[in-house]
Amino acid sequence: MRELFRQNRSIIHQMDARVKVIFTLAFVLFLSLTPFNAWPAYILFLTLILSAALFSRLGLGFVLKRALLALPFILAAVPLIFIGPPPHITLDVFRGVQLTYSPEGLGRFASIAVKSWISVQVAILLAATTRFPDLLTALQQLRVPKLFVAIVGLMWRYLFVIVDEVTRMARARTSRSATVPGSHHHGGSVSWRAGVTGGMAGSLFLRSLERSDRVYAAMLSRGYTGELPASDTRPLSNGDRQLLALGVVLLAMLWLLGLFSGG
Amino acid sequence: MSSPIFSPLPMHIPDGFLSVLVSIVFWVISVIVIGIALRKTSRELGERDVPLMGVLAAAIFAGQMLNFSVTGGTSGHLLGAAIAVILLGPWPAVLVMTSVVSVQALLFQDGGILVLGANLFNMAIVGVFVAYAVYTLLIQLFKEQSWGVFVAGFAAAWSSIFIASLSCALQLALSGTSPANLAIPAMGAIHALIGIGEGLITAGALAFLFAARKDLLKLGEPRPAGNKGVFLGGSLIALMLVVLSPLASSHPDGLEWVAQENGFILSAKAALYNLIPDYALHGISDPALATIAAGVLGVVIVFGVAYGIARAEKRTAKQENSQR
Repeated sequence: MRELFRQNRSIIHQMDARVKVIFTLAFVLFLSLTPFNAWPAYILFLTLILSAALFSRLGLGFVLKRALLALPFILAAVPLIFIGPPPHITLDVFRGVQLTYSPEGLGRFASIAVKSWISVQVAILLAATTRFPDLLTALQQLRVPKLFVAIVGLMWRYLFVIVDEVTRMARARTSRSATVPGSHHHGGSVSWRAGVTGGMAGSLFLRSLERSDRVYAAMLSRGYTGELPASDTRPLSNGDRQLLALGVVLLAMLWLLGLFSGG
Repeated sequence: MSSPIFSPLPMHIPDGFLSVLVSIVFWVISVIVIGIALRKTSRELGERDVPLMGVLAAAIFAGQMLNFSVTGGTSGHLLGAAIAVILLGPWPAVLVMTSVVSVQALLFQDGGILVLGANLFNMAIVGVFVAYAVYTLLIQLFKEQSWGVFVAGFAAAWSSIFIASLSCALQLALSGTSPANLAIPAMGAIHALIGIGEGLITAGALAFLFAARKDLLKLGEPRPAGNKGVFLGGSLIALMLVVLSPLASSHPDGLEWVAQENGFILSAKAALYNLIPDYALHGISDPALATIAAGVLGVVIVFGVAYGIARAEKRTAKQENSQR
């Protein structure tokens, strides 16, 4: 498991994390508010995000490939094609095989797929250009409760350590349960296999509880008093404010265009 | 090992699949409940619980990589809401699952940003509350039997997954994305199966902890009074969703009406059309023409930016060379 963040010194990387967080939220909100079938608006939203990806020097391929991640969920919207709003059109696909679909429903399906794909790209851009600690600081400055930020911060700090631990446990299981080539037998029955996995999970939680004790002791020895050090709360600079306002106005204009061009 | 980036659970809704109104309503509900959880937790728990919850959240995230093969390429996974409830109690479990789901969305794009409120509602609130209600109920029932813990753990894990998937299906139906009479049976059936894997692993984990550290399971401990609300809430959510889902899937008209209404309110298109006179919009009123124009504009902008950046890079490279 790797982090998405890519070290770089582009304009987007150096932007204040708060600006990026608010812009990302506004982008997804305005894109979601844009009606179905507003193709010109979708294209311009995509242009905006692709340009940002270019400015960030991440490369278009990286963002576009990674964005396919959300695709499997599109299954949830497939029924719209066939039972969308009337009128329904019947097609002769093959001799004797007929297919009834709703053009309006097809449009909605395609709109949902494209909107979702563009939204994922914005989220990727945020995660790939912002260090997670910076993101957490930004969230705290934007009034997300301190306790929650502290928990997520500690979680992130130990995530990759514990992922390594899980990988080691899984490797140990694999090395002890050899399979005969060509046979589909992996150890005992399904419930036996589930029990082994459950034992691994239980052992993982036990190790993690013990680890959290050690972490707490280490924090105490470094002067932890129940409060994590406060982050600075300097206000956004004027330049950042203007940049953010410009971005949001641009998004609002694209949304308006979408209202008029959409169906 | 499956790829850890893809969550094993087809329950993380991406952006674009829920209407804005549904997203906002569930954000409000989730923020309120998580706020209560934060207040209760910071009052009741000591300072050592911050590292405890952080490390356990990491363990649940990483524990989702654990799997076992079932048959024909499918596999059972751990998701963890039930085990978090059993180890920590309901309110800290809400915070732990909130952390897991939020990091999945922010760091790994597993689940959207605008719909994060709805995802938190399903997995961190419904999942945890239902698991708590089922677990405490069955523990009371099977107090004498030693196997009671495992049955309760299995049932809590299974029902947390199943009920959460019903809630997810209802949100999709309310948004007009999937018709209720398809989404609810499909989501329910898939997760009734996934829930068995979750239940078996949870029971296995409890068996391990029972043998290794019995004290962690807090057996026989009286139910704290402060959690009565969670018990009631969890039972109520479970009952409502179980009753409501078959109703909604056999009478989808009501949901469809809601979906249409809220789509209409938020696009507010008609009102805007009245505000701006017809002739102003000739250019973009032809959809095909407008799409082509937008496409051309988009390509020009993206190529322009790419060209500009490439030139700027060449220039800085040249400068660095000449400085040497």
